[in-house]
Amino acid sequence: MEALKKYLRKPMGVVGAVMLFLIVFVAVFAPWLAPYDPNVRVEVEPDDILAPPDAEYLLGRDDAGKDVLSQLIYGARVSLIVGFTASFMSMFIGTTVGLVAGYFGGRIGTLLMRVVDFLMVIPDLPLMLVIIAVMGRGLWNIILVIGLLGWTYTARLVRSQVLSIKERQFVLRARSLGASSARIILRHVFPQVMPLVIAQAVLDISVAILAESSLAFLGLGDPTLISWGMMLNFAFERALSRQAWWFLLPPGFAIVWVSLALVLIGNTLDEIVNPRLRTHHLFDPRRMVALVAGAPRVETPAEE
Amino acid sequence: MKRRNYVLRKVVFAFFTLLAVLVFNFFLFRVLPGDPVRLIIHSPRMTREAQERIRIQFGLDRPVWFDAEALREGDLARAVDTQFTAYVRNLLRGNLGISFASRRDVSDMLVERAWRTVVLVLGGDVIAIVFGMALGLIAAWRRGTRLDTTILLAALFSWALPTFFLGIILLILARGHLPVGGMATPGLKPEDGLTYWLDVGKHLILPTLTMGIVYTSEYILIMRSGVMEVLAEDYILTAKAKGLSTLRVLRDHALKNAMLPMVTMIALTFGYTVGGAIQVETVFSWPGLGRLMYEAVEKRDYPVLQGIFLLLAVSVILANLLADLLYAVLDPRVKGN
Repeated sequence: MEALKKYLRKPMGVVGAVMLFLIVFVAVFAPWLAPYDPNVRVEVEPDDILAPPDAEYLLGRDDAGKDVLSQLIYGARVSLIVGFTASFMSMFIGTTVGLVAGYFGGRIGTLLMRVVDFLMVIPDLPLMLVIIAVMGRGLWNIILVIGLLGWTYTARLVRSQVLSIKERQFVLRARSLGASSARIILRHVFPQVMPLVIAQAVLDISVAILAESSLAFLGLGDPTLISWGMMLNFAFERALSRQAWWFLLPPGFAIVWVSLALVLIGNTLDEIVNPRLRTHHLFDPRRMVALVAGAPRVETPAEE
Repeated sequence: MKRRNYVLRKVVFAFFTLLAVLVFNFFLFRVLPGDPVRLIIHSPRMTREAQERIRIQFGLDRPVWFDAEALREGDLARAVDTQFTAYVRNLLRGNLGISFASRRDVSDMLVERAWRTVVLVLGGDVIAIVFGMALGLIAAWRRGTRLDTTILLAALFSWALPTFFLGIILLILARGHLPVGGMATPGLKPEDGLTYWLDVGKHLILPTLTMGIVYTSEYILIMRSGVMEVLAEDYILTAKAKGLSTLRVLRDHALKNAMLPMVTMIALTFGYTVGGAIQVETVFSWPGLGRLMYEAVEKRDYPVLQGIFLLLAVSVILANLLADLLYAVLDPRVKGN
């Protein structure tokens, strides 16, 4: 409750949450909101191809004469499914690896962190490209690749937290009372790291959505589904030269909309739960006023 | 002594990372269905003898991984003479196979294009590092003020922009003012000297700018939280208590301490910039490795795809090793501890 109040006091976070809510609403009710079913083949006249917006087709039509707005609405589903599923996967793997590596340490811990280092070094997008190009571009392949490659940062974050938490009084006390490792990790350590993990997971959703759209733009989206990245892939090849902005720009701004929403939420959560970011010794708003007003410098005591 | 251990550990790690990439690259492309010879040379008209030659050159007449039978006979040299060692041997000779699409040596194609991507990535990275660190420092120092909020919002917004989409927007905006595709105006040749290179420079503006903007936001966010953490340290309070000016505290204490982790971050971000280069080169038809990778994906030109991935991964691994070694020189703690 306390945390929720803090969150609601941050305008960036509130704006992000509203933006995300809208897009989730659109994705859930896509069949009712979309004026046309984008999966149905339509009879087209030559004039329909890349036809500009009118009263019937609010965002015009694409290179196959289909309604752009309807595709845009359905595209929200792919983005959100990929984003949430892949991020959940990374969150689960990253937290488990971080907890184990941090709590037990030793050889297992070192080995796990070496795997993390290894995955961090390999360039993500080229790796995803070759795997999808070889394994096939189904939705599940895309989700798996993004999810299985995206957990390294979470693992590092959790491990560094666990290293300090496990030396604290309440953990030491629980251990001396004979609590098992599993119990200590689940009951005492995990609740402490969870807020940070969730803030990171929200940011990971936007990373996953951006990764999916990049893959789709580069021609590796699921061919059976309409996604924003794939719309851009088609539009870039066919609509750019004919200046059909209604086909080119909306999917791009849709991606920006949803990833910006998530970044705003994630950043706000991070500010609330990350204690290290709360204050610093040069923070002095009065100095700023003095500088702006051109007034002589006023010596003020350092603020805590 | 400590420093030598540190360096040794980093070199060993880089070595094993390289090895893991080789093994991964070797196996990933063997998952593909069909005769491996077909995957190396994609021609239905190949004669039997030609096929046999390739089979031997790439060791395809040998077991994939390990010859247990030869080992039992005590022939160790033969036991390790496998498809994998043939693959590594060919790699060391610079033989990466032949492109399905253009029938050219993959290594020749990579050599021809590599510098174009290097120029793009370096240019974008320099812009991003300079502007990103400066803006991040200012934002952290002025934390909570309107200036900080503005910088933060701008950074979050461009972070949320897909690289390729920013490229498309810049392309639309700059049409008619700047060249938006290719490497040089058709007709101009390297023999034209300065005119040609100036023209190439103009073609570089938009791709580099796109890279620069996207990665500036990355550095702003990293630098901002890094400096904010440093500014919360007690030695900053001490420095201030000594009566040092804010500028000196920022320059000598905050910046210096926030810089160290940045060395590692720059190397890690290098891996992302390579991914960004693929998108930017695709949008602006800049004929580097990224554009080649896009075309190879489109045509499922596996030898080219495999070659580019290997080259990119190896460069990023080496860049990271370099950063780790640089860290050893810069950070006194590596020596003292």
